[in-house]
Amino acid sequence: MQHTISVIVENEFGVLARVSGLFSGRGFNIDSLSVAPTMDESLSRITIVTRGDDAILEQITKQLNKLVDVIKVLDFSDDSAIEREMALIKVTAEDESRAEVLRIVDIFRAKIIDVTPKSYTIEATGAPAKINAILDLLRPLGLKELVRTGSVAIGRGAKGWKG
Amino acid sequence: MKMNGARILLESLKREGVDLVFGYPGGTVINIYDELMNVREIRHILPRHEQAGTHAADGYARASGKVGVAIATSGPGATNTITGVATAYMDSIPMVLITGQVPTPLIGNDAFQEVDIIGITRPITKHSFLIRHAKDIPAIVRKAFYIARSGRPGPVVIDFPKDVQISQAEFKWPETIDIRGYKPNLEGHPRQVEKAVQMLLASRKPVMYVGGGVILADAAPELTELARTLQTPVTTTLMGLGAFPESDPLSLRMLGMHGAYAANMAMTHADLILAVGARFDDRVTGKIATFAPHAKIIHIDVDPASIRKNVRVDLPIVGDTKDVLVKMVDEVKRQGDKLKELHANLAGWHEEVSGWQAKHPFSYKQSTTVIKPQYVIQKLRELSQDDAIMATDVGQHQMWTAQFFEFQKPRTLLTSGGLGTMGFGLPAAMGAQAALPGRQVICVCGDGGVQMNIQEMATLVQNRLPVKIVILNNNFLGMVRQWQELFFDKRYSQTCLEQPIDFVMLAEAYGAKGLRAEKPSDVEKVIKEGFAYNGPVIMEFKIAREEKVLPMVPAGASLNEMVLNA
Repeated sequence: MQHTISVIVENEFGVLARVSGLFSGRGFNIDSLSVAPTMDESLSRITIVTRGDDAILEQITKQLNKLVDVIKVLDFSDDSAIEREMALIKVTAEDESRAEVLRIVDIFRAKIIDVTPKSYTIEATGAPAKINAILDLLRPLGLKELVRTGSVAIGRGAKGWKG
Repeated sequence: MKMNGARILLESLKREGVDLVFGYPGGTVINIYDELMNVREIRHILPRHEQAGTHAADGYARASGKVGVAIATSGPGATNTITGVATAYMDSIPMVLITGQVPTPLIGNDAFQEVDIIGITRPITKHSFLIRHAKDIPAIVRKAFYIARSGRPGPVVIDFPKDVQISQAEFKWPETIDIRGYKPNLEGHPRQVEKAVQMLLASRKPVMYVGGGVILADAAPELTELARTLQTPVTTTLMGLGAFPESDPLSLRMLGMHGAYAANMAMTHADLILAVGARFDDRVTGKIATFAPHAKIIHIDVDPASIRKNVRVDLPIVGDTKDVLVKMVDEVKRQGDKLKELHANLAGWHEEVSGWQAKHPFSYKQSTTVIKPQYVIQKLRELSQDDAIMATDVGQHQMWTAQFFEFQKPRTLLTSGGLGTMGFGLPAAMGAQAALPGRQVICVCGDGGVQMNIQEMATLVQNRLPVKIVILNNNFLGMVRQWQELFFDKRYSQTCLEQPIDFVMLAEAYGAKGLRAEKPSDVEKVIKEGFAYNGPVIMEFKIAREEKVLPMVPAGASLNEMVLNA
């Protein structure tokens, strides 16, 4: 089962290595990972999408909490969080497919951010499922390059982290 | 007052109460060594290999309860410490390792004797620090010692670039430190403690399963009191030996792969297991699916990640084992008549347990012609001081020591339980003897492991550390040979140490005393002479070559499927 975990850490060199090393060393899976500073510049927030049963998730959370540089671990396993991801998608767009790409972009409220005679580059934002859906539609038209940021997540309402 | 970084480090160590360090000089720690000549309060012991230096710091910590300190230079000096750091990590031993590093501007340039020691040690340390500015040193040292000794203890590495050692800063010792990401939960929840006591009162077949966490927390007296008040049988892991006196009728002795029949049977038949500072390691549980099939499990541990890592737990109690046990003893003492009821309820269980104890105690077949290793261990117990410290290597001799020495007191067994490090015993004994000069320190090892750090004989002699080294010599890597005999059709691939070594001459070459026993009638005489000698001694015992460690739970089998005779 897929889980999204937010890890609030000290914004220092080497911290990401401790976190990612913990996952590889203990055989935990990382589907995606993103890092950036928080409102408080001395802290960073790592969002990790991982997989495992309840026992594995419990171990991941506990092992993360053991790291001295980890301030807080938030496990967004249920619907307690909103999750978003951005994708930059370069897609073949020639002749008749140019209009079809534009229609898909419009339906998904994505944006064209670069145009050449043979391609469009699309910026799409949304829940990972939405990104997957637009990719499914664009794939038959000819995907040339794909960059995904991995998920970031924020707790709904009062849930989450202050900072 | 301004001083250089090297001096700030040493002043900070002094503030942490460090009186002894084990270290090896080199290019990137030469400034620390120069300043060391100005700091008389810190004694320095020079091992002959950095690995031994870290094992010595580890042995010092295990025997004394204080944080062990080791120093190594950058590059190969640092990489030589890896086995020592990993050994300490696996057994949760408080240690601070200070490594030299190439000057800051050269880091990452593949400079001479440069390695990323923080990166290399990341999975085997509790935490690590790279010092970037001399002014940060006092806070880093304070944090390092605090992290090393608190919560679940462990090794911490401080990497110290040479340019920072030279640079000047004000020495200012921080009165308090705050590490926002590190707040170990030390106090057991009172409600959980109450629930645990109720479960114990309701049980009919309880067992206490005790690990090294009890020794690390100095909680052996509380544990002993709790067990005796409740009349609960106690089994310990290898790391827990000494947490409960093995002479006590409630002692089931060690459990697990080479544990006592009674201990493993009791775990298998128990209706309640109270695990204290133990981590359900695979050598203890055997096949996990059939482990303790009838038992509810209460797990007390300072490390939440140890709970439910390997087995299901019915009642977790996170906290310092001493704190939790103190609360449990108080709670139990309030029970009055319920306690009497419990004692009456346990009569049948005690009878069952003593049946197992009587049926298959640890035993061996004595011989009049060839020395049995178990006999040597029994004689060591008989002839050593009550509070003698035993250090071991890893293998058959380690298990025989665990089975036949009958440990009575905490911090009297120094052994590499988690990592299983050959070559640990001799330097660990050296560290223990340096920490506690008045105590009798014995190192039991095999002819294989002792050669992995034999160079420390020189350190023992130089520092007048009278460690008594007992070599059980079977000219084999005995534990692996035993597995080959039992599971690989006696195909002894690379386990025969054919080249004989004259350990008596070797001892003499280092300036120590060497003694040898070749027949059972020599054993007592040699031990007495070795113990009486005022200095380090090697006592070599030529033992029955193919003696096996039994009983044994084969790897992957259930605890109750013990091989008793093979």
